[in-house]
Amino acid sequence: MPKDNGIGASPKRREDVRFLTGAGQYTDDINVHGQTYVHFLRSDVAHGTINKIDTAAASEMPGVVRIFTGADFEGVGGLPCGWQVTDKDGNPMKEPAHPVLAQGKVRHVGDPIAAIVAESLEEARNAAEAIELDIDELPAAVDMKAALQAGAPLVHDDLGDNLCYDWQFGTDTETVDKAFAEAAHVTTLELRNNRLVANPMEPRVAVGDYARANDESTLYTTSQNPHVIRLLMGAFVLGIPEHKLRVVAPDVGGGFGTKIFHYAEEAFVTFASRQLNRPVKWTSTRSEAFMSDAHGRDHVTTIQLALDADNNFTALRTDTHANMGAYLSTFASCTPTWLHGTLMAGNYKTPAVQVNVKAVFTNTVPVDAYRGAGRPEATFSLERLVDKAARELGVDPVALRRQNFITQFPYATPVAVEYDTGDYNATMDTLEKMVDRAGFEERRKEAAARGKLRGLGVNCYIEACGIAPSNLVGQLGARAGLYDAATVRVNATGSISVMVGAHSHGQGHETVFPQVVAEMLGIDESMVDIVHGDTSKIPFGMGTYGSRSLAVCGSAMVRATEKIINKAKKIAAHLLEASEGDIELKDGQFSVAGTDKSVAWGDVTLAAYVPHNYPLEDIEPGLEETAFYDPANFTYPSGAYACELEVDPETGKIEIIQFAAADDFGNVVNPMIVEGQVHGGLAQGIGQAMLENCAYDENGQLLSASYMDYAMPRASDVPFYKVDHSNVTPCTHNPLGVKGCGEAGAIGSPPALVNAVLDALNGGGYDVAHIDMPMSPSRVWQAMQG
Amino acid sequence: MYSFDFERPTTVADAVAALSKEEAQALGGGQTLIPTLKQRLASPSVLVSLSAIEEIKGVCNDGGVLNIGGGTCHADVAAAAASDFPALAKLAGNIGDPAVRSRGTIGGSLANNDPSACYPSAALGTGATIVTNTREIAADDYFQGMFTTALEEGEIITAVKMPIPEKAAYIKFEQPASRFSLVGVFVTKGADGVRVAVTGASEDGVFRWTEAEVALNGNFDASALDGLSVSGDGMISDLHGSGDYRAHLVAVLTKRAVTEANG
Repeated sequence: MPKDNGIGASPKRREDVRFLTGAGQYTDDINVHGQTYVHFLRSDVAHGTINKIDTAAASEMPGVVRIFTGADFEGVGGLPCGWQVTDKDGNPMKEPAHPVLAQGKVRHVGDPIAAIVAESLEEARNAAEAIELDIDELPAAVDMKAALQAGAPLVHDDLGDNLCYDWQFGTDTETVDKAFAEAAHVTTLELRNNRLVANPMEPRVAVGDYARANDESTLYTTSQNPHVIRLLMGAFVLGIPEHKLRVVAPDVGGGFGTKIFHYAEEAFVTFASRQLNRPVKWTSTRSEAFMSDAHGRDHVTTIQLALDADNNFTALRTDTHANMGAYLSTFASCTPTWLHGTLMAGNYKTPAVQVNVKAVFTNTVPVDAYRGAGRPEATFSLERLVDKAARELGVDPVALRRQNFITQFPYATPVAVEYDTGDYNATMDTLEKMVDRAGFEERRKEAAARGKLRGLGVNCYIEACGIAPSNLVGQLGARAGLYDAATVRVNATGSISVMVGAHSHGQGHETVFPQVVAEMLGIDESMVDIVHGDTSKIPFGMGTYGSRSLAVCGSAMVRATEKIINKAKKIAAHLLEASEGDIELKDGQFSVAGTDKSVAWGDVTLAAYVPHNYPLEDIEPGLEETAFYDPANFTYPSGAYACELEVDPETGKIEIIQFAAADDFGNVVNPMIVEGQVHGGLAQGIGQAMLENCAYDENGQLLSASYMDYAMPRASDVPFYKVDHSNVTPCTHNPLGVKGCGEAGAIGSPPALVNAVLDALNGGGYDVAHIDMPMSPSRVWQAMQG
Repeated sequence: MYSFDFERPTTVADAVAALSKEEAQALGGGQTLIPTLKQRLASPSVLVSLSAIEEIKGVCNDGGVLNIGGGTCHADVAAAAASDFPALAKLAGNIGDPAVRSRGTIGGSLANNDPSACYPSAALGTGATIVTNTREIAADDYFQGMFTTALEEGEIITAVKMPIPEKAAYIKFEQPASRFSLVGVFVTKGADGVRVAVTGASEDGVFRWTEAEVALNGNFDASALDGLSVSGDGMISDLHGSGDYRAHLVAVLTKRAVTEANG
């Protein structure tokens, strides 16, 4: 019987009541008395020298409160990067200034030049058109490899070149070279991981509100991590101490990584509201989102695999160019390095793995983490490469994978991480059954009779979630700790508020977290509520990204609840006149072992707050505990994915027939929400593989700057998924044994799709080695033309 | 958007009068114009909505000619043409999404003449007559290139008369992002022979593939098109497909349309 309460149950998402009835409170729903509106005048050229910004006439326009330019931010901090990467020679990465408003130069289409604050948005937009700009357009650095050539346009003149860092990681060059020299077979693949725009349904919004009476600033913002924003903006940009700065991220309509980062508009509204002593509001248009939200992915990679005569993997080497865009976004530097290089071993016991990454500045929107962040890039490169090797060798791609799977755990990879648990054969076994792989060739023949090319693509994945041990990431360059925190506040009558550092913007924390607390205490989960998203209410936690919420913040919540239980047992022992060691907690009742004496949860909590009969000499009244949890390791979800599809050889159009995902997420708290997370990840993975393409022309103009040209996956583009999470190898180092499920779908799915198309084409007699994503009909057709 | 005056006349005559004002602009269903205004890419002084003019709405079968009011929205065309002219109903029923189909009008689409719009291929493919407040224009004379038509300043499309062909089919290959036609082919076989109209493909907008028409007049079967192709020169080339790809699709889709028309 499925449970209907606690861990393992699938209660409906309680947050959906307000979301589905229009009662959500999003940042744009927040309007502060006396607020003004800001419109950003943004660069329409990719690269240029600002000679003059004349705001005189514009400032006289109706409704204008004040116009700010880069000059107003001289002496104010720039937007910081949160991760210092060290290059292969031991030098720190190049870290250009990132002003709130452009100073001296504009560096990408969308770079903010001036901010017009007015009584209404229309008046601000009118005034923006009256600003006289004198900008000399410069040649733009767009293509990464060209940007590294001598004589390329310099995005930042003071850096000398466009190379942010040249990073090397893993096995030493001599060992890797030797393995390739001795290899019986070498497979090489060049590929591009296409640039994406995250496109959360809710665009970014920021409202700055300053209270002069007590010198306090409040920023309402669309963020996945309000404490991170308070720390970065307060300490690095505006110099506001934490106790005078409150950051509120209320209901947030999707983040996917792009709402992790600290953005110029947040700093601007906070700064301007203090300058003007008026609230300032900014709401991004969808067009602005395309040119100001951090983009994702954008790697160009050459990857090589060495195999011995028995098809054992003996060495792997990658050489990646990673696009940083024009400035370093908050975590841009660590995405292609520590979140990518450390996963390059994949599911395989390859003894030598070397990762090389050149990070490149270009005149494009900054690039940073997007659902999966580095791990999709690693998985795509590796799983495309293994498939190519199998085709070159004429062996079954699944058998080649199984032969090289890691089967002993824990397993220390050549790229620094230690996988605690996993069973890659088990998820592959499940997957093969889910898609009836054995019956595929019959289906291929049937499709061929209809004139269609049918293909089946399979891949596996491993990822790292639950970032991360603070001491480790500190050594690797992180400028923050990556623990999380939870406060469990038990109220007098036994209901509970849990204040968490994690932020829910689609993940369903408000439903899932109470299931855990309710399970531990043996009470109904309706007695537990979650509070998140307001730095004035929650402990200092680092927020939600990297599938970390349950593994890290959930662990903190477990630890705090354990403290609650320990204290409550002391109170219960007092009430029952028994020894603390004899007290057992079950189904919300504290009882004395071996007796029928018991006291209910609510009586104990009431005693804590009305301590008339209470051991005041031993313990304090009240029942509230906080725990900070710093994980001992990453968690390592893994799985195997498959896509079966048909290609119309006349048009190149792909139809997905079935898509299956067999995941090992460790223990699962709410199976329904886990399935929903996988579905969402798969939709984004299918979007990347089939549809989404953020493209620039050679002048740095964004070609796919609206939904007319940027194809988002729609319901009719995706199949009904088959998902399974019945293979469970619990995480060994967090109290719930959970691993994380938020990104797996986006990480694991793109290679399955590309592998399937190539299986279809090669199975139909077309000799095609690779197709870059997105596999639009025109690209597939072009590949078939030879 | 910039500020403008707004008028909503109830007769064609009043609309024509309103459109005679300096910088006046007609507003059909607004599915192109309103986004343009919101982006501040147009600044009419007067917006003249045609949505309250009942005399230019509705569809009737007038002795084998479908007479469609210029102000009829796509959803209404799809419903009204379902039995008499299913190929047209299919075209209208697949434009945009339900919101677009409930606002956008056939007159607005033909007046705009977007090179990727569906309706121009139906008008040209049926040899329709575009009726305005002043005259009747044959479809062959009406379409004059991308976003360019025979309409004069202030002229309003009041109706479109489409002869219902003996056989017809429309095949649309969607551009993945906008779901406009990357290429769309409207094929008809009627009293005056076969017409093949292609939208989405050419830099000159909708066009007739006359070679295919000749071949199909001899034998209205997909096999009659074997070996025929159009050149990629002059075809639209963009993120979503090269000119050569579009040219290839013209041939593929025309065959499929003929097969579908033959049922």
